[in-house]
Amino acid sequence: MNAISRKLKEFEMERGMPATAIGLKEAKLAFAHVSFSLVALLIGGLCGLLQTLVRTGVIPEIAGVGYYELLTAHGLMLAIVFTTLFIFGLLFSFLGQSFGRFEEFPRRLGWVGFWFMMLGVVLVTWMVLAGEASVLYTFYAPLKAHPVFYIGLVIFVVGTWISSGAMFRMYADYKREHNGVHPPLQAYMSIMTVLLWVVATLGVAATILFQLLPLSLGWTDKVGIELSRTLFWYFGHPLVYFWLLPAYIVWYTVIPKIVGGKIFSDALARMSFLLFLLFSFPVGFHHQLLEPGISAFWKYIQVVLTFLVIIPSLMTAFSMFATFELAGRRQGATGLFGWIKKMPYRDVRFLAPFVGMLFFIPAGAGGVINASHQLNIVVHNTLWVTGHFHITVGAAVALTFFGTAYWLVPLLRGRTLTKQLNRIGLVQTMLWTIGMLFMSTAMHISGLLGNPRRTGPAAYFKDSLVADWIPYHVAMAIGGTILFLSILLFLFAMFQLAFRAPKGMEEFPVAETEEAAMQTPLFFENWKLWIFVTFALIAFAYTVPIWHMIENAPPGAPGWKLW
Amino acid sequence: MHIHRLEKIWLGFGCVMLAVFLVIIGISAFASGNQPPSDATLIDPTQVDQTKPFDKPGLKKIDDNRYEAVMVSQAFQFTPQNMVIKKGATVDFLVTSKDVVHGFEIVKTNVNMMVVPGHINSIEYTFKKAGEYLIVCNEYCGSGHHMMSTKIKVVE
Ligand SMILES: [Cu+2]
Repeated sequence: MNAISRKLKEFEMERGMPATAIGLKEAKLAFAHVSFSLVALLIGGLCGLLQTLVRTGVIPEIAGVGYYELLTAHGLMLAIVFTTLFIFGLLFSFLGQSFGRFEEFPRRLGWVGFWFMMLGVVLVTWMVLAGEASVLYTFYAPLKAHPVFYIGLVIFVVGTWISSGAMFRMYADYKREHNGVHPPLQAYMSIMTVLLWVVATLGVAATILFQLLPLSLGWTDKVGIELSRTLFWYFGHPLVYFWLLPAYIVWYTVIPKIVGGKIFSDALARMSFLLFLLFSFPVGFHHQLLEPGISAFWKYIQVVLTFLVIIPSLMTAFSMFATFELAGRRQGATGLFGWIKKMPYRDVRFLAPFVGMLFFIPAGAGGVINASHQLNIVVHNTLWVTGHFHITVGAAVALTFFGTAYWLVPLLRGRTLTKQLNRIGLVQTMLWTIGMLFMSTAMHISGLLGNPRRTGPAAYFKDSLVADWIPYHVAMAIGGTILFLSILLFLFAMFQLAFRAPKGMEEFPVAETEEAAMQTPLFFENWKLWIFVTFALIAFAYTVPIWHMIENAPPGAPGWKLW
Repeated sequence: MHIHRLEKIWLGFGCVMLAVFLVIIGISAFASGNQPPSDATLIDPTQVDQTKPFDKPGLKKIDDNRYEAVMVSQAFQFTPQNMVIKKGATVDFLVTSKDVVHGFEIVKTNVNMMVVPGHINSIEYTFKKAGEYLIVCNEYCGSGHHMMSTKIKVVE
């Protein structure tokens, strides 16, 4: 926090305002995002619970709202709304920590972005619940939802762009005022995350604005499906990194502080984020490996490019364990693995993200399988993929966000994390872990047995194969129920932390960098270069196949509403 | 930029493994021909019933050990239903869609592909074991998606 910010902070405290570790106005903006993300978590979680129960046959489909409406709401609420709102709240907090007070203009822009997102969410949710948009969160052209659904999505995305613009502006201002100095690590990583988001959403915006919305409004009567799917997955895979990178920011910069250590290397952290930006885009075809109309050669090229994302992931893994070991040794650990005993497992701020990291080990391995040219055929569109999704986003990312919320929410509200609420957090983390183990294991195994994903309660003419799947559905329902209990406990703790916990100043945990780490090279700040390289890689991976899709286009397909 | 020695070893190991994986996949794809289903044939989705060979979907015996299964997907069924073939025979599946995107998965086999309107997709498979095989649609296609299936019976 800079000098002016500190001065303003003192004035606030004299006036009896809550003592937050970042500015009050900044805290309000971040808290608005975080609190609405929690509402989305509740709705999305409830839909998930009902889904597992419906598919198992414990409860019949609820009057009027069927399995696919639940599925659409579950996916949108958790994978888009919960994550995006929480992430923007978290990133605003990181920028508040890094830069101190925001200027009037970017802060207002942040609020405009927030209200756009809210309006978008309301329109989308309304259409889903009204049964006008059961197209799941991947849209499935040529399925045709109500135009208001697509308009809501556009407004939501525009909102995120406005907020991203606010963040870019702050970063540029800082760079102008601090010539030749690296902006703080958390700010660098936050900007990298929103840059990735903005470049990624260009694809989904293109398919909505030029293909799906005109179709839905009746301005066009046909749509090119492969093109639409390609534009979607150009967005759909970087989206995964948009979820992961904020979790990585916490792993790189916050966790070292909580375990009493330091950031292993500032340069290494920046480098891994840069590589994520470069390698996140030219990879969408690995979601389309089994589709016609894309040549096997270009699929292979994108498989190769997909595998490059493994490098920054390995760097992150190394950095984490190096941090843990150094921190453990500093606290007197001996032997090769003595440091494992020194970690603060009774601190929810550590435990939840740490369990998330453990989940990410099989999750990453599963990702390599999914992205493989031929192995994909065994698991494509089966529940295996759903299981994979739930241990990446639903465990690694969600648990990190949970652990983060236990310090972020009290910090934003000028309150403190009590021992009792910390204990609730530990129980909640354990519940999430157990629930997720039940659910994701059952999904992975039954997926290998051929059980398709995104499928309602299916009997398939009482086929004997289907009987083999039933025990796994039961395990999923048990897991889903435990997960929902965990969400309720989490929301209880968050309510306490936001409105009831004792007033005080929760620290903003940011670690320092190891002394041994070397100076960070300035080329990391060469944004023009990196954006150019990003688009060059995108052009390399997509120009020929998309040209082919347009030049060798099939007759378009008319839209359908089949629910 | 300074990189820790252990980090170099770890990344070196990772990159070598990566290269090994990719070479194996590359050899499997380009030397052994294990390519994913990527048929480039186009078709007008509104004219499927009038377009050969989909005007007469069904199972055709090509020779003693080979069949061609011409199949149409539409919400929410596959045509034809319930095919019967001889054990050990290879089937060439040619599938297209009359409406939306469907999946085509023969449970517990390596037959799995996307069926996209406007395109034909194809895959071949040799049925070495007798028994009943379940074919399901594994890509969401509407409210009856979970009802969409058919069977292949493989007889001695
Ligand atoms: Cu279908």
